Amino acid sequence: MNPILEMQAIAKRFGPVTALSDVSFSVEPGEIHALCGENGAGKSTLMKILSGVYPAGSYDGQIVFDGEARRFADINSSEALGIIIIHQELALIPLLSVQENIFITHPPGRYGVIDRDTARTRARDLMRQVGLTEDPETLVTHLGVAKQQLVEIAKALSKKVRLLILDEPTASLNERDSAALLDLLLAFKAEGLSSILISHKLNEISRVADRITVLRDGRSVGTIDCRNGPADEDQIIRLMVNRDLEHRYPAHTPQIGEKLMTVEDWSVWHPLHPDRQVIRHVDFHVSAGEIVGIAGLMGAGRTEFAMSLFGRSYGTRISGRVTMHDKPVDVSTVSRAIRAGLAYVTEDRKELGLHLNNEIRHNISLAELRGIAKNGVIDEIAELRIAQDYRDRMRIRSPDVQQAAGRLSGGNQQKVVLSKWLFTNPDVLILDEPTRGIDVGAKYEIYALIQQMADSGRGCVVISSEMPELLGICDRICVMNEGRFVGEFTREDATQEKIMRAIIRSTSAPLPISSIPSEATNLALGV
Amino acid sequence: MSEHVLTPGGYTAPGKDKPSGNAPSGQTPGSSHGAMRRFIRNNLRDYGMFISLVAIGLFFEIMTNGTLLRPLNLTNLVLQNSYIVVMALGMLLVIVAGHIDLSVGSVAGFTGAVAAVLMVQLHCNFLVTTLTCLATGALIGAAQGYWIAYFKIPSFIVTLAGMLVFKGLALALLGGQSLGPFSTVFQKLSSGFIPEFLPKLGHYNLTSLLLGIAVGGAMVMASLRSRTRYQRNDIEVEPMPLFIGKNIAVFGIIVYLATLIASYRGLPNVLIIMALLIGIYSFVTSRTTIGRQIYAVGGNVRAAKLSGIRTERLTFLTFVNMGVLAALGGLIFAARLNTATPKAGLGFELDVIAACFIGGASAYGGVGRVGGAVIGALIMGLMNNGMSILGIGIDYQQVLKGLVLLGAVCVDVYNQRRA
Repeated sequence: MNPILEMQAIAKRFGPVTALSDVSFSVEPGEIHALCGENGAGKSTLMKILSGVYPAGSYDGQIVFDGEARRFADINSSEALGIIIIHQELALIPLLSVQENIFITHPPGRYGVIDRDTARTRARDLMRQVGLTEDPETLVTHLGVAKQQLVEIAKALSKKVRLLILDEPTASLNERDSAALLDLLLAFKAEGLSSILISHKLNEISRVADRITVLRDGRSVGTIDCRNGPADEDQIIRLMVNRDLEHRYPAHTPQIGEKLMTVEDWSVWHPLHPDRQVIRHVDFHVSAGEIVGIAGLMGAGRTEFAMSLFGRSYGTRISGRVTMHDKPVDVSTVSRAIRAGLAYVTEDRKELGLHLNNEIRHNISLAELRGIAKNGVIDEIAELRIAQDYRDRMRIRSPDVQQAAGRLSGGNQQKVVLSKWLFTNPDVLILDEPTRGIDVGAKYEIYALIQQMADSGRGCVVISSEMPELLGICDRICVMNEGRFVGEFTREDATQEKIMRAIIRSTSAPLPISSIPSEATNLALGV
Repeated sequence: MSEHVLTPGGYTAPGKDKPSGNAPSGQTPGSSHGAMRRFIRNNLRDYGMFISLVAIGLFFEIMTNGTLLRPLNLTNLVLQNSYIVVMALGMLLVIVAGHIDLSVGSVAGFTGAVAAVLMVQLHCNFLVTTLTCLATGALIGAAQGYWIAYFKIPSFIVTLAGMLVFKGLALALLGGQSLGPFSTVFQKLSSGFIPEFLPKLGHYNLTSLLLGIAVGGAMVMASLRSRTRYQRNDIEVEPMPLFIGKNIAVFGIIVYLATLIASYRGLPNVLIIMALLIGIYSFVTSRTTIGRQIYAVGGNVRAAKLSGIRTERLTFLTFVNMGVLAALGGLIFAARLNTATPKAGLGFELDVIAACFIGGASAYGGVGRVGGAVIGALIMGLMNNGMSILGIGIDYQQVLKGLVLLGAVCVDVYNQRRA
């Protein structure tokens, strides 16, 4: 049987960064093909190439669909052939009805006038196919996430789909809804539809997938055929994480001192869905000079944990105790948390960490204006001196500190953020994805800076989705999943396989908690 | 690696490792010519605004055959625009914090009406009236700021409501009638001149003249002092020729205008109030922690919040401050007309907001300077006055003012994009 889709030797670069190199895989008619890989392995990039988000010419390699080489200029040209992608963040318009959403790009009718009756009949038809019994005029916002997912699929069906791509479709669904969705996929398969399923959840994958392709560091490292017998999870994990770790991390001998910060019985509830507990009675501690990693998949609750700790910047109904140097501290507002000796380096540098239009020196002093002011009057010379000092120490590459932070590269921006928080002289630094979007060389520098901070007697907590990074720099790694710590490994003990296994074994049947949505962050920050 | 950062071109986007410092020759501080060019380019906006103010002034001076800068007209110019400048100071903070206040005109009119009721009907004295009105302004600002800061209702909506409410209340308070006249002390607020202690020198009021020279001198001294302080600390300063030229220009213009004004009736009281407020607000915005925090809130609320800034309280306070300044503007206006009318304050908000944007404030918040807003207000005032002298009707005056506003902001946006 000829494959419906073949992607051959796909390579994609973003400036100096290689996102994909030599990825090949194929999908056969009526097959469910699963794509696995760590965060950042290149799954989404690959799908964006397939769907035309990254147009032909911006990548190397060839896409063959239906036996013909294709060059997609945009999403429309791939959709015209029936390649439909459903993204993790659903692309529905909440205040329009189901019917209007389904036909948003191609409403039935003539001369730009929509034929509502046809639309409604056809919508009801499509909805029945995916098992939705609602009125087509129901507003999407009134549906739960699971049903919204089904609306997306109905929308795909309305476009004469031939290859359906689902990116983490069950990430925010509970067990029953996930199972229903997977059953639907199997039903479509029986009718001959091909689909690509991107998922972290190996149990789901092994249930429905015919073949599994594993991506690692932008390469396809293997395809497992499971039509003749279930796939071996350990084999998949090994393929996902196996890689060379040498020379990417500065050597470091930790000098671990006394316990610095202890968090006990910490619980947090979702700000929008008050019945959803995001962090469940968590205990945590970090010692002076120690670098503790928090591993976990996206949506495990790591950022939520850190932000709720840092002045209740996330979540509601927060409870638990925090002690510093064995004394209870108040971290109920950001300024109190800062005073208690906490600092939080956000994962979203541009949106939450920096004032991009503002000068470097003003960014560095912002969290500790008292340090450069007397009676509320800023000593500009002192501010400048301090900023220059940090620029030299952190090796921020800019001609002067009067430059706007937005003009720096990612790595240098991150150094500005680190400077800002070091200037508050914290005891404990929480660094959330400290090397996200930063190139390899700058990553090495950031690692070295983190180690320096630890050596100066601070406690460092590193949240990262890149496991090798955690293994490379952390003295201890705590594994979080579904709002709990589900494993803890010392430096010597930790391996990627063990961490992955801890996550996968602890994944309970209901698989809730999507990654922290930006609207939730907004809500928590009150904007 | 996060995918959304890696959009096509994302890595070629602004300044990926493009530290322009170790960059093209001729830009190193060593070469004074290059340094000057670079300095002018970096401060193009400030110089440009100042130069356009002077250019517009000169244009009308020539077109009106010298009427514009006659002592009488110059004095009137100050009196006519003082309340706009005062309110622009508050509006600048509101805009920098990322908001807008459409109610200032109505609030000014309303406080003028309150003043008239207190003074004319209830015979309160000058001090009680003024303080009550300023407190009223603060209260109004607090009432609006509360919804905006703590309830997150867009400022556009809250102050649009306020605009209607206080316009209506002013009408109700005055019963649709004009109320006046005010006591002579109160009138002095906007039509009085500083007392003359010294004998007249020819037809010059010597105190005013000396005060003008003293202020000009003080400004030169202050910029010289900060320049030496900067130089001592190896901070780059304006190239010498530019510095000298600028100071001569500033000093010359101030002294020249002071001479003109001194030859009429001296410095108006309101000019003193205005100058003091401009000084205070420049200082607060550029040199204090609270000023810095307002810029931070306007530039990126969420980052500001995660830096420990109490963003809600700050937003609230900027509106309280705006209320007080709107009230002061209303008092000055009422004192100038010597009556409170239901129509007072009509359309002030437009001039005030336009002044801030002409002066380089960003509609997205986080950017703007007190000096810019003042220059913006003066440009608007100069145009009003100059066009009136030229006999251009109110119809085309508005058209031209609108075009100037659009043009000024376009130039600004263009410059920023190029930068």
